[in-house]
Amino acid sequence: MSIFEYAPAPESASVVDIRPSYDLFVGGEWVESAGERRYKSVNPATEDVLAEITEATAADVDRAVTAARRAFEKVWGPMPGRERAKYLYRIARIIQERSRELAVLESIDNGKPIRESRDVDLPLVAAHFFYYAGWADKLPYAGFGPDPRPLGVAGQVIPWNFPLLMLAWKIAPALACGNTVVLKPAETTSLTALTFAEICRQADLPPGVVNIVTGAGETGRALVEHPGIDKIAFTGSTEVGRLIARSAAGTAKRLTLELGGKAANVVFEDAPLDQAVEGVVNGIFFNQGHVCCAGSRLLVQESVAEELLDRLRTRMATLRVGDPLDKNTDVGAINSAEQLDRIRTLSQAGEDEGAVRWSPPCELPSRGYWFAPTLFTGVAQSHRIAREEIFGPVLSVLTFRTPAEAVEKANNTPYGLSAGVWTEKGSRILWMAERLRAGVVWANTFNKFDPASPFGGYKESGFGREGGRHGLEAYLDV
Amino acid sequence: MSDAGEVSTETVTDAPGGNAGLRAFLHGLPGVDQVGAEERAARLATRSIKTTAKAQAIDLAISMVDLTTLEGADTPGKVRALCAKAVRPDPADAAVPRVAAVCVYSDLVGVAVEALRGSGVGVASVATAFPAGRAPLEAKLADTRAAVAAGAAEIDMVIDRGAFLAGDYLKVYEEIVETKRACGEAHLKVILETGELVTYDNVRRASWLAMRAGADFIKTSTGKVSPAATLPVTLVMLEAVRDFRAATGRQVGVKPAGGIRTTKDAIRHLVLVNETAGPDWLTPAWFRIGASSLLNDLLMQRRKLATGAYAGPDYFTLD
Amino acid sequence: MSERSERLAVRKTYKLFIGGAFPRSESGRSYVVTDAKGQFLANASRASRKDARDAVSAARKAFGGWSGRTPYNRGQILYRIAEMMEGRRAQFADELRAAGLGRNAATAEVDAAIDRWVWYAGWADKLGAVAGSANPVAGPYFNFSTPEPMGVVAVIAPDGPLLGLVSVLAPVIVSGNTCVVVASEPAPLPAVTLAEVLATSDLPGGVVNVLTGRRAELAPWLAAHMDINALDLAGVPAEDVGPLEEAAAENLKRVLRPRPEEWDADPGTARMTAFLETKTVWHPVGV
Repeated sequence: MSIFEYAPAPESASVVDIRPSYDLFVGGEWVESAGERRYKSVNPATEDVLAEITEATAADVDRAVTAARRAFEKVWGPMPGRERAKYLYRIARIIQERSRELAVLESIDNGKPIRESRDVDLPLVAAHFFYYAGWADKLPYAGFGPDPRPLGVAGQVIPWNFPLLMLAWKIAPALACGNTVVLKPAETTSLTALTFAEICRQADLPPGVVNIVTGAGETGRALVEHPGIDKIAFTGSTEVGRLIARSAAGTAKRLTLELGGKAANVVFEDAPLDQAVEGVVNGIFFNQGHVCCAGSRLLVQESVAEELLDRLRTRMATLRVGDPLDKNTDVGAINSAEQLDRIRTLSQAGEDEGAVRWSPPCELPSRGYWFAPTLFTGVAQSHRIAREEIFGPVLSVLTFRTPAEAVEKANNTPYGLSAGVWTEKGSRILWMAERLRAGVVWANTFNKFDPASPFGGYKESGFGREGGRHGLEAYLDV
Repeated sequence: MSDAGEVSTETVTDAPGGNAGLRAFLHGLPGVDQVGAEERAARLATRSIKTTAKAQAIDLAISMVDLTTLEGADTPGKVRALCAKAVRPDPADAAVPRVAAVCVYSDLVGVAVEALRGSGVGVASVATAFPAGRAPLEAKLADTRAAVAAGAAEIDMVIDRGAFLAGDYLKVYEEIVETKRACGEAHLKVILETGELVTYDNVRRASWLAMRAGADFIKTSTGKVSPAATLPVTLVMLEAVRDFRAATGRQVGVKPAGGIRTTKDAIRHLVLVNETAGPDWLTPAWFRIGASSLLNDLLMQRRKLATGAYAGPDYFTLD
Repeated sequence: MSERSERLAVRKTYKLFIGGAFPRSESGRSYVVTDAKGQFLANASRASRKDARDAVSAARKAFGGWSGRTPYNRGQILYRIAEMMEGRRAQFADELRAAGLGRNAATAEVDAAIDRWVWYAGWADKLGAVAGSANPVAGPYFNFSTPEPMGVVAVIAPDGPLLGLVSVLAPVIVSGNTCVVVASEPAPLPAVTLAEVLATSDLPGGVVNVLTGRRAELAPWLAAHMDINALDLAGVPAEDVGPLEEAAAENLKRVLRPRPEEWDADPGTARMTAFLETKTVWHPVGV
C-alpha cells in the first residue's frame, strides 16, 4: 500500500487526566481502603503504568453495601420515579458532554481502538442511560404489574471488554427501577468506572446510590457473597458465573448472568457476500474479539467457502493493527498479558490439532500485548478452537452442506448467546432464526447493540436479559 | 423492438445466451445488502487522513479530476478557460499537478483538443444522447463518432436505463458494444446513472453488464440526476471491478461523478479505492473523479497544508 | 368402594409415565401409598435415577416436535386435557378424598384443576404477543424479541396433589417446553391418573413424563443432569433448595425457587415466563 500510506492520526490524550492513584467511591465520597493493597493498572498498548488502583477488602465491600442500603432505604427507594428519571437523564447528558474524554480514557485503559470507543462504546453508554431514564417513571406500564417494586441493593460485577458500556448496562436499569448499587469493575479496566463516580457527583446523585469498589476476584467474591445484597448481576466468564450461581444457591438473592459464547456466524451460498465478509470481520475482530457474543465460528456453506475465504483473506489484509489511539486503527491491543497467553495457548492448540492457521502480514508493536488477526481453516467441531471461547481475534472456519446441518453445528455447543445468519432468502432467515438456540440472532448483520434491544443468552451463556423492557425484570421484584 | 435492436442483434454475437443468458448471469451475482454496504462506506469515511497522507491524497485527487462542464450555455470561451485551469490548476504554484482530462459535450471537443494540445490533459466527451440516453442507437453512434473524429480520447456514454429497468439487458449490452466499436481507439466510460437504478443490486448488475460489454471505465452518474456519486455506490462499483479482474484478468476503471465537491469527499473516495479495489486503482489511469467545483477546494486545502493558514476563495480562479 | 360390593374391584396399577408409555420402575421398586388415615391405597412405582435419566431422554426427544407445534395447536391440546379430565372428575375426586380432602373440597379442587388447564390453554397463542416485543432500535434495523421455550424442565411438584400439580405443569408445557415431573411423594396417585389423561389427550409422548417415588432421591439427579435446562423447585422443602441449586449451577440451569403459593389464587403469568428464553432477532431494513 505504498501509493497511499495513511500517516499516523493519533487522538490527543491530553483530554484525560489520570490520577496517580484512586481510592474507593463509597457513599458519595472517595474513601481509603481499610486494607493496604493496591495494584497497578497498565496501558495494554504500551505496558506503561497508568495508575494505582485500590484492592477493596471485605470490610470495604461491607461499607459500600451499607452505604447502598442506607441510600436505598432513605433516599432512592422512596424517591418518585420521575425524580430518579431526571438524575439518569443528567448522567446521560454529562456522559455526552464528556464523551471524548471517556472514549480516550477507555482506549488507553482497555486497548480498544479509539474509533470503536468513540463511535460504539460511548454513544451506547449515553443511549443506555437515556433509555432507562425514561423507564423510571413508567414502570407500572412495563408489564410487571401495577406497582413493581425494586429489589434493594444490587451487587454488580463487570468485565474488562466494554468497561463503561457494561457499567451502563448494569447501573442504568438498576437505578431506573429504584435499586442502589455496588459495582466492581474489572481489575484491568477500572478507570472509566472511577471517572463515572465523578460523573455521579457532577450529577448530584444522592450519596450511596452508586458505589464503586475496585479490585480483583477476591473483591468480587466478597461482593457477591455479601449477605446484605438482594441482587447479583454479573457479566464475565461462564466459569466464574458458575461459581457465583453456586454461591447464591439457597439464598434469596436474585441472579442474572451474562456469560461466554461461541457464536456461529452462518453464511449461505446466496448471501450478500461483500456484506457477509464485513459481518464476519466485524463479528470476530471488533474489539479484538474480546466480545462474549463474537462470531468466533464461521460456518460457511461448502459451495461458496473458497470464494468467501478468498474475500475474507483479502479483507483481513486491510485491517490496521496498532496504536489504539490512532483514529485509523481497526484492531487494538489485547487487554492483558494473561488474556494474550490464553489466546496464544488456544491458537497453538488449533495448530496442534491440525487446523490451518493464517494471518495477514502485519507488523505488531514491540511493546504491549498484541495478537494478529487470525484465521483457522480446516477446523472440525471436535477441535478446542471450535468449542472453547478464545476471546481474541481468532476465527475458526467450518463448513456445512445443508441448512439443517448448519443449525445442528451452530447449536452443538453448551453456549447460546448469539448467532449470525447470512442469506438473501427471507424465509430461510426466519427458519434459521427459529432454530438457532441463542439469545440474539443477527441476520445479515452482526454485533449490533441498542438499549432498546434485549441481550442475553441461552444455556451456559447465562440467564436474564439486559436492555429493553425485558431488562427491567432483572431489577424488579417480579 | 426498434430498428436499433434489430441492427444490434445482427452484429453482436458475444452475449452468451442472449437476454436470458445475461439475465441469468446478472441475477446470479451476490446481492448487496443496502444497510451493510452503507455502513461499510460510512465506516471507511471515518478514516482520518492527515499531514503527509493528506498532501499526497490531494495531489492524487487533483490528478484524477475529469474537469467537467456540461451546460447548455457552454461556449468555446468557457471551454478554453476550463482547459487553462486543467493544465495549470493553481497559477501561483507550478507544483500542482494537472488534472486528468477535460470533459465536454461532443460539439465542443474540437475546442478542447486545440486548447489542450501537448498538455498531457486528455479530452473526454459525453456522448450517446447524454444525459437521458433517449435516442435511436444510430443517433447515439453518430454522436460518438463525431466526438472521436473531433479528437476525443475518452467517451463517456450513458446506458439506456429504461431498457435496464425493463429487464432488456441485451439492448443495454449491445448498445455498449456498438458504442465501444464506434470509439475505435478512444477509451469508453459507461455511465450507469446509479441515481436512476436506485438499488445497489442494480448498480452491481449494471456494472457487470457494462464490463462484460467492453467498458474501459464504469462511471456513476451524469451529474444531472440526484443522487449522483455516493460513497456506497462507488463502493459497490469498486467491488465489481475488483471481482471482474479476479474473474477475467481485465482491469476496469471507476469514475464517480457528480456531488463530489469537497476535499473531504474526494479523500473519502480515495480511501474507498485503497481499501476496496486496492492500490492498483490509485492512479488516473484507473480512477477518475468527475467534478468541477471540487478542484478549487482541493487547491484551497493544498494551500492550507503548505502555509498552515486557511485559504480563501478569492485566491483561486473561477473558470 | 364398599367392602360388601358384590363384585371384587379391579384395582389399578400405578406406574410411571415416560415417553408416552407406562412402565414400572426399571428398579422394580415400589412404595406404599396410604390414605390420610394410614390405610393402604396402592403400591406406587418408586422411580430410580435410571428412570429419571430415561424420562429426561424422552423429554429431550419430544422437545423439537412439541416446541415446533403451532401455539394454536398446543392450546388445543391443553384444552383437550381439560376435556379429558372433565370426564374423569369422579375418579380424581375419589383420589383426592383418599388423600384426605373432604367431599366438597375434593370436587372443588378437581374443578379448579380442570379450569386451570383451560386458563393455560388460552395462553398458548397469546404469550408471544404479551412477552414479546418489536424493539425500536436507533438504526435501519427491524428488531424483535420473541419468547421461546427453554427446553427440558424438571419439576418437583408440590404436595397439592392435583391443583398444585396442574398449576406447575401447565405453565411449563404451554410454551413448548417438555418436562419431567416428580409427583407429590405422599400423594402421587392423582399424578398417575393425570398421566393417563395426558396419554389420551393428543399430547405427544415425552412432553410430560411423570415419576413417582422419593423426592429426595430423584431431585439431586435431575438438578445435576446436564441435559436439563431449567428446574422448578416448587415442592422442595426449604432446607433442600440450596444443594439442588448448587447442583443446578453446573450447567447454569434456570431455577424457579419455591415460594409460598395459594394454588387457588389467580396464577398470573410468572410461572410461564420463568421458563421462557427471550430471543432477539435483528435484520437490516433496506431495498
